[in-house]
Amino acid sequence: MSSSNALDQYIELYEAQREAIDARAPEALNRLRPAALEALRAAGHLPRKGDEGYARTDVDAMFAPDYGINIMRVPSPVDVAASLRCDVPNISTLMGVVAGDEFRPTASLLRNLPAGVTLCTLSQAQREMPRVLDRYLGRLSAAAATDTAAQLNTLLAQDGVLLHVAAGVECEKPLQLVNIFNAGVPSLAPRRVLVVVEAGASARLLVCDHSQRPDVDYLSDAVTEIFLEDGARLDYYNLEESTPRTRRAAALFASLGSHARISINATTLQGGTTRNNCTIDLNAPGAEASVAGMVTGSDAQHTDNYTLVRHHAPRCNSTQLFKYILDDDASGAFEGLIQVDHGAAFTEAFQTNRNLLASDRATMHTQPQLEIYCDEVKCGHGATTGQLDARALFYMRSRGIPEAEARKMLMEAFMADVIDTITLPSLHERLRMLVERRLSGDRRGCGDCSASCPTPAIVK
Amino acid sequence: MQDELLLKVNDLRAAIDGKEILKGINLEIRPGEVHAIMGPNGSGKSTLSGVLAGDPRFTVTGGSATLHGVDLLALSPENRSHEGLFLSFQYPVEIPGVSMVNFMRAAVNAKRAYLHQEPLSASEFLKLMRQKRAIVELDNKLASRSVNEGFSGGEKKRNEIFQMAVLEPRLSILDETDSGLDIDALRIVAGGVNKLKTEHNATIVITHYQRLLDYIRPDFVHILYKGRIVYSGGPELALELEEKGYDWIKQQVDNEQQ
Repeated sequence: MSSSNALDQYIELYEAQREAIDARAPEALNRLRPAALEALRAAGHLPRKGDEGYARTDVDAMFAPDYGINIMRVPSPVDVAASLRCDVPNISTLMGVVAGDEFRPTASLLRNLPAGVTLCTLSQAQREMPRVLDRYLGRLSAAAATDTAAQLNTLLAQDGVLLHVAAGVECEKPLQLVNIFNAGVPSLAPRRVLVVVEAGASARLLVCDHSQRPDVDYLSDAVTEIFLEDGARLDYYNLEESTPRTRRAAALFASLGSHARISINATTLQGGTTRNNCTIDLNAPGAEASVAGMVTGSDAQHTDNYTLVRHHAPRCNSTQLFKYILDDDASGAFEGLIQVDHGAAFTEAFQTNRNLLASDRATMHTQPQLEIYCDEVKCGHGATTGQLDARALFYMRSRGIPEAEARKMLMEAFMADVIDTITLPSLHERLRMLVERRLSGDRRGCGDCSASCPTPAIVK
Repeated sequence: MQDELLLKVNDLRAAIDGKEILKGINLEIRPGEVHAIMGPNGSGKSTLSGVLAGDPRFTVTGGSATLHGVDLLALSPENRSHEGLFLSFQYPVEIPGVSMVNFMRAAVNAKRAYLHQEPLSASEFLKLMRQKRAIVELDNKLASRSVNEGFSGGEKKRNEIFQMAVLEPRLSILDETDSGLDIDALRIVAGGVNKLKTEHNATIVITHYQRLLDYIRPDFVHILYKGRIVYSGGPELALELEEKGYDWIKQQVDNEQQ
């Protein structure tokens, strides 16, 4: 029915289960819920295709199926972590698994965390670092009242992950979170991550999204809040390799202090319907943000990235680079807005979106926007959508390179500069290999992992 | 010289965007021979080279072309290469993000796979690159760059001959290889072509000017005009063209047509 409203069922669920939800969740989350409920009621419905900022993506439809939510916190089967080998070769990451929305850090993970680095559940943080939660949790998501999916996360999330890096601590070892769906019934996971990197500290975090069962509907409703204090630095890599029946509505918020630096790479290798919102606030002079994204789409996959980068202070810079390769009936969307406030003199902000359509049926929607309220800035944006360079293809074939291989080489070359935004060499190589495998349809997926998702080829 | 035919082109016709450019080309080339194809602008010289190499922009509308007996027109561009055809592009294509090394490795190993040979090992491949680079004095630093990206005009043409040296074709077509070259680059490029010449392979030199033919001596010279070979002769024909231009040929042909 066209008048159906997916949001109502979640509000009803919350009202019926309010006590059960709150009883099994940390206080720092519970106290955010009334404002979220108010924002949801004000919105009235989840974004539908054609709503402002949602030209191609129907979030309402993503939430419409009847998913189960693990309100009673029934533990997931213990073998999830054991069945998963998402190790990145040549580097040992400190890895934690989030099954559904349940993070259960292993003893070895906790033992190996360097001094000054905390990676724990929000429940544990409520007991051990309540002041961090008081100060940060929900601050950015609450301000985004119109991001309905993020408000819904706040309404329903009962736990999550805290990464805290104490002032001045450089966390050498990369940290990794693997989000995994493995339930046998349709499931919604409200996933919540809070990252706080204190002044002068640094860390790298890799977050991977996987679904183990291709025949089950899953929805990840994720909120990640990132706070970088003065001079802090974070490399944040997010890789989605899930299934056609996995939906993902993910909101990432980052707030940067003076001379803080964030580098984000968000890659969607595979999925069903994906909507990523990325909001970055450059709040103090000298902050820097690099946001990169890469999408490989095939079959009926739909991937939508929305970015909002706000320059509030002088001498900050931001770069955005998003590239899509879309095959079959895949569709993509990119909307990016750069806002430069009155006081943000000497801003440098650039945004690039380039897309390759590998089939006649694939479609791409792109809309770059600039809002500048300040002189003395250097800003620019560019967007192109096209096919592979026919001259280059013929040149390669004339040298004996078979057409499929030539196409693959050109597509890899197209993605090379996005992959180059990853500074960690072993991860750089890993992602390059994953893209190569995705383009050629290597069924090994993203590694030796038994959870790996079947990989259809882009180049046939 | 051997008697067998390396290339036989018979009444070849081709069109682009529905407009017929080649209107019945006949050409026979034997191993060891160098043929020059000359002609005024727009006569169909580059179309002929593109059609033989399998450029998808052109549609063959009639006739045939065989390379050592193999039906060339039935093959994909990559298989024409594997069968021994090489086209040196008038405008070599820049391919950002694809390194020369990966490009050449893919080309070499694709040919080896076609011939049921094992791929070259890393050290064998590097040795091959080193040897062949020397033929056209191609700088080692270009190997790590993207294909043709940021190469000077001379470097691009030397890179073409380098690729030709690596792939060891039976028949090479040099399409306006002299365009955009200064005299030093021209000498190096022509020297490379001459070094690669054997009694088993053959070369088609497509050029507008006599200049290149001072360095690469043709056995036969053909004049292409309005999509047909209207005149064939020995090397002296090129000198005659240099002296008298193309007008006398044009007039002669146009008069015959009236």
